[in-house]
Amino acid sequence: MSAKSDDTMMLTTPFHSRVKEACGLNCWGNWMGYTTPNAYEDVELEYFAVRSTTGVFDLTPMNKYRVSGPDAEAYLNRLVTRDVSKIRVGRVGYTVWCDDAGQVMDDGTIFHLAENDYRICAYARAIDWFNWAALGFDVSIEDETAEVAALAVQGPTSCATLLAMGLEGLDQLKPFGLTEFEFEGETLMVSRTGFTGDLGYELWIAPHKAEALWDRLFEAGRPFIIRPFGTDALEMARIEAGFLQAGVDFMPAEEAVRNGRSRSPFELGLGWLVDLDKPVFNGRRALLREQAEGSRYRFAILDVDGNKPAQHSFILKGGKQVGTVTSAAWCPTAKTNVAFAQIEMPHGAVGEELVAEIYYQRELHWTRVLAPCKVIESPVFNPGRRRATPPAGF
Amino acid sequence: MTDNYDAVMVGAGHNGLICATYLAKAGKKVLVLEANATPGGCAATREFAPGYSVSSCAQWLNQLHPAISRDLALEQHGLQWAAQNLPSISLDEQGKHLSLLGNKVEGANVSAEDRAAFVAFHAKTEKYARLLVKAFEARAPKLVESNLTDRLTLIKLGLGLKMMGRDDMSDLMRIILINMYDVMEESFDSAQLKGLLSLDSLLGSRMGPRTPNTVFGYLYRRVGETLGNNGQALVKGGMGALGEAMAASARAAGVEIRLQSPVASIDVEADRAVGVTLAGGEQITAPLVVSNADPVTTFQHLVGFARMETGMARRVSHIRCKSGTAKLHLALSGLPQFTGLDDAQHGARLLVAPDMNYIERAYNAVKYDEYSSAPALDISIPTLHDATLAPAGGHVLSAIVQFAPYAPEGGWEAHRETFMQLVIERIAAFAPGIREQIISSQLLTPADLESDYRMSGGHWHHGELSLDQIMMMRPFPGATQYGTAFDGLYLCGAGAHPGGGVMGLAGRNAAREIIKRGAAA
Amino acid sequence: MKKYDAIVIGAGHNGLTNAAYLAKAGLNVAVLERNAYIGGATVSRELHKGWTYTNCSYVCSLLRPEIARDLELPRHGLQVVPYGGGVTFKRDGGYYGNYYDHNRQYREMARHSKRDANAYERYTADVMKQTRLIRPFLLKRPPDPTSLKLRDLRDLTEFAGSFMEMGEEGLADTLKFWTKSVGDFLDEYFETDVIKAHLGGTGVIGTALGVYSPGTAYVLLHHYMGDVDGNVGSWGFARGGMGAVSGALAKSLLGYGGEIICDADVDQIVVKGGKVTGVALKNGDEIHADVVVSNLDPKRTFLDVMDAKDLPADVVRKAQNFKIRGSSGKLNIALDGLPTFNGLDKSSPLMLGDMHFSDSLQRLERAYDDWKDGTWSKDPYVDMLIPTQTDPTMAPPGKHMMTVFVQYAPPKIRGGEWTAEDKAGFEKSVIDQIAAQSPDFKDLILHCETRTPKEIEAEVGLTEGNIFQGELTFDQLLFNRPFPGYAQYRGPVGGMYMCGSGTHPGGGVMAAPGANAAREILNDLRQPNIVPGGYADD
Repeated sequence: MSAKSDDTMMLTTPFHSRVKEACGLNCWGNWMGYTTPNAYEDVELEYFAVRSTTGVFDLTPMNKYRVSGPDAEAYLNRLVTRDVSKIRVGRVGYTVWCDDAGQVMDDGTIFHLAENDYRICAYARAIDWFNWAALGFDVSIEDETAEVAALAVQGPTSCATLLAMGLEGLDQLKPFGLTEFEFEGETLMVSRTGFTGDLGYELWIAPHKAEALWDRLFEAGRPFIIRPFGTDALEMARIEAGFLQAGVDFMPAEEAVRNGRSRSPFELGLGWLVDLDKPVFNGRRALLREQAEGSRYRFAILDVDGNKPAQHSFILKGGKQVGTVTSAAWCPTAKTNVAFAQIEMPHGAVGEELVAEIYYQRELHWTRVLAPCKVIESPVFNPGRRRATPPAGF
Repeated sequence: MTDNYDAVMVGAGHNGLICATYLAKAGKKVLVLEANATPGGCAATREFAPGYSVSSCAQWLNQLHPAISRDLALEQHGLQWAAQNLPSISLDEQGKHLSLLGNKVEGANVSAEDRAAFVAFHAKTEKYARLLVKAFEARAPKLVESNLTDRLTLIKLGLGLKMMGRDDMSDLMRIILINMYDVMEESFDSAQLKGLLSLDSLLGSRMGPRTPNTVFGYLYRRVGETLGNNGQALVKGGMGALGEAMAASARAAGVEIRLQSPVASIDVEADRAVGVTLAGGEQITAPLVVSNADPVTTFQHLVGFARMETGMARRVSHIRCKSGTAKLHLALSGLPQFTGLDDAQHGARLLVAPDMNYIERAYNAVKYDEYSSAPALDISIPTLHDATLAPAGGHVLSAIVQFAPYAPEGGWEAHRETFMQLVIERIAAFAPGIREQIISSQLLTPADLESDYRMSGGHWHHGELSLDQIMMMRPFPGATQYGTAFDGLYLCGAGAHPGGGVMGLAGRNAAREIIKRGAAA
Repeated sequence: MKKYDAIVIGAGHNGLTNAAYLAKAGLNVAVLERNAYIGGATVSRELHKGWTYTNCSYVCSLLRPEIARDLELPRHGLQVVPYGGGVTFKRDGGYYGNYYDHNRQYREMARHSKRDANAYERYTADVMKQTRLIRPFLLKRPPDPTSLKLRDLRDLTEFAGSFMEMGEEGLADTLKFWTKSVGDFLDEYFETDVIKAHLGGTGVIGTALGVYSPGTAYVLLHHYMGDVDGNVGSWGFARGGMGAVSGALAKSLLGYGGEIICDADVDQIVVKGGKVTGVALKNGDEIHADVVVSNLDPKRTFLDVMDAKDLPADVVRKAQNFKIRGSSGKLNIALDGLPTFNGLDKSSPLMLGDMHFSDSLQRLERAYDDWKDGTWSKDPYVDMLIPTQTDPTMAPPGKHMMTVFVQYAPPKIRGGEWTAEDKAGFEKSVIDQIAAQSPDFKDLILHCETRTPKEIEAEVGLTEGNIFQGELTFDQLLFNRPFPGYAQYRGPVGGMYMCGSGTHPGGGVMAAPGANAAREILNDLRQPNIVPGGYADD
């Protein structure tokens, strides 16, 4: 018998009972069809929990794919741009994957769980492409998005919180490392990864233990000032840390309808993820050509004058439009007004001075500002504690 | 490790041999590797019962380009004709047969109007076919990234189209997109004539007379006639003798041919083809690898999907190459007697295609992976022209059978005997005593043709000749103009432009392209 | 005898649109309608007391918003309300639904196949790419590739330009798309039968081809071409039935000073000295005009109301060869209440839209085999809607009106006319198919009007009952519609024009042919153009 039609209604994550209780603002968003909080109590407090104490983010809706089988490594090496053989068991790697035209379909992280056993975390859904990419490989690909509950625990006191929760030895885990603990008879996987640019971890567990994990985590974290945070605070943190988001900073290649709207890794400032020495991977031929012939665009992080976020701004050079902003925010920790922009070549080199055309509204009054801005070399927030092992005291 | 060849050819099919010969004549040292024991690919003769041999795959020759025949001096290398200019006869159960040769139709059921209409139709379609010849003799032009060569081809085609006059031009543009059924209904009254011509439009394909694209199929077939091959021809010794003559010509040009040497893989390093590895493990390196194998075999099985980018693998997996064609071979103790045919007529091409709806219904079955309960047939009795194929007094009947699925439910072994008896029954309706004459019989299903001749899906043309799989879409976008995503790897088989049918243009065009690019590099 | 500047034959939506523009431009225009009522195939009729049947066309998406706005149709009473959902009921008791919400749609598809649900995003993008290529040409006359006129060359260059932008592989993909079957196209994206069947049905609607016939992928595209308020590809109801469209067009026309004459059955277009001079009616009246526009299909136009001696031989031949095949029929049903389907909740938005019962492409293809054999499909493809869930004006409160478009139904049964028995058999095949998934359906039927192609032809005048005034296959599209050399709305005789769905861009209640034809007429009369071009896609 068929399912009832409400089976297709909005989903909730396994943490929902706790999230709902904590979400005093009752301010919800829709992330990949899951009800997720935009903010719990106060966006500012949530953001500063991440930067000063511990913030917790429910990232269950993130798409998770399990890749296993004898050809798993070869498969991934053909799928993504970087050399997967360099991601050892117990390590995590950030990468992008492209179509044959060398256009980015998405970025994500590859978790090397065990020999011939990987997990890919991706923002966009990808099971169709991942299956096509399996042509010629002995590999199985499972969508395990709903089978794995996940929390990001981020901030200077995150390690202390998790140690207090009993995750002994976690302080020895290096950035992009992963390890496992036993939690109430289930495996709790912890990786030192995140989307905030700060010291932080991500916790992965079977859904039926999700609520118990949340409770234990918040109990242990109370002395370390733990607080859940929503997508609004995350947005501020990721821009400050220089992280791109699919659908915002680039258009996933296969979903782009209009000609020329997709971007290559080079054009997104992710050329460092491309290993052209690999004999074959999706997009290689096109990327070799692009390397020889030049890119159309350049990704630029802009330091924008003033304190008005350059959201949706045109970027000008000598009065002529040379680019557009994809993400922008005032970064409270770095005290910088940051924008990510797609700049037409040859503009956008580090150090170049440009102008952002910013529109903002106060009390229904619109103001247009031509704010000078400058292309900077690296993200404005990159603390040492993010890399130190063991993490320094807070 | 052997590595002193300029080029390695995978497969000694007719296109492979033709391509190899042209390359050798251009000074290249070419090695041809063939899995089977005889050269020729689908141009093959095999003994299917003791003392009885048959052209076991292609059975007629009517498309071979005369310039290629000349360039390869095939007659000097042993090609002999058993018969030429044979008419096609559409059989009627009552013996009221219809005969067609060139622009002449004869038969009890054909009116004077139809006869006249056919002369006009023949002349008109010949004009169209001539334009196709122009398109087929060159590589398929690219449209966006076109270079001078492509633009010249496009100009030639454009002019050819204009020269036909506005009416013919718009007529061609209309009918090439539609189906044979409608064009036949517009043109003729005789059900038999309409049936015969529609069968011609779809032999070897998985289409019915009502399937759009069949007019293209008909024009494709008419290319042979336009090139000067009037009627049907039979090769002495069967089609295998054509393969042997081509092989002899190739050898004379300096080509080395190794039979029974199946290629296990085409070896690539990053974006370059570097050679091949034989099933026995031997590696042969060469800067050029040319594949006469079909695109699916070439890319999926010989190069391997894992060696190419995903989008390309996906395109290969979308090629439609499942055949709907089977072959029946009968070893007969004597000449079968078809009702109403005189002895000489028994040597013609005999068709069971009484009307278009008959063929259409036969086609319906294969859409659902079933076989036709009343199939359409294209029958040859080659022994009337060529005594070498059977013991004295014996005869061979060979029939192309439309339609049989590639993979019927439950597998072919569950159906083979039933279907074979059904086809024989169909023939017996026209040649009542034939059952008593059968000494031995053989049915080759699409699956058999696939394994015997290493053609994916068992398809004659290495991929359906439908409008979405021709010209700059053949075999798939990104692998047109014979070159591939791998430097040094070329295609020269029927899967490439313009297609199969023992025409030889794919092989010749590929050789020209390889030579030209070699000069440019 | 009265003389007009222009006469339009047929008060279908395109004839009314054409006349409205001519009247708006200041011409003295009359529309002649054979029936006692206007609308052609866009009609609402009370055939059962208390119920309004939208008994020919039944949904609205393709109507060009540029025209609706320009002719002030909303002010004249037209309201198009989008409908949600859509569903295909499976034989095994399940169903596949089509939700308008993106994420809900994903989950519904994922219930059948996660891979298909994901592939749908690629599919949608790919179909949109093709749609965007065609949409700018809907409100344009198609350029003639054999012409060397400046306007044609300019339009061709523009057309070619948008192709070239796609790149070599993109262009090849486009050509492949236009020439392949909807079945093959869908097989490249999806693995689930019911999903393919749900999407594939639109590839054969109004077309005498099967889902595996090459060329049907384009027909699917044709149905994606419309939009409701900029929502490309979505469909809606005209409040009050499709008669609301023709009603608003008529009011607009009258407002501009045009006339509509009903019960005026045209016998012949009168031609003198190579030019039209007017029309002769069956009742013997003659009406004069220098411009005569035919809203009739090309066969009726050239083989019926025109005399072969007035026409070049090629036009007669081309009209004879023009493919306009009856392939569909219709049931309009008055219901005592809302039926139950396969356990689907009655409040489900899925029921608000198009409902189907063909759960595999194979079933669709077999339905076509019956048509080829000269009979109605024993297991037909239906496109069924209950607009009274959205529109309160068409049935008494609590009661419902159901419109069931049925494919396939041939114009003749094995060469002979439809008999009453045939018609009953046809009706039964549809009712039984619905009842198989709806236990209470049969008991709820109060009245059923069944229309075979024969009735559609007799009433609306569409040859063979073909809803698009001619197959939407590539040999009959763009510069080939209705036939090469006559695709720019001008007939072969001075002053004679065509404005029906048999001309570019085809049928589906777009009103674009009527508007495009008006533009050409005004151009020939050296009048300023007042017909809008299409909105640019962003």
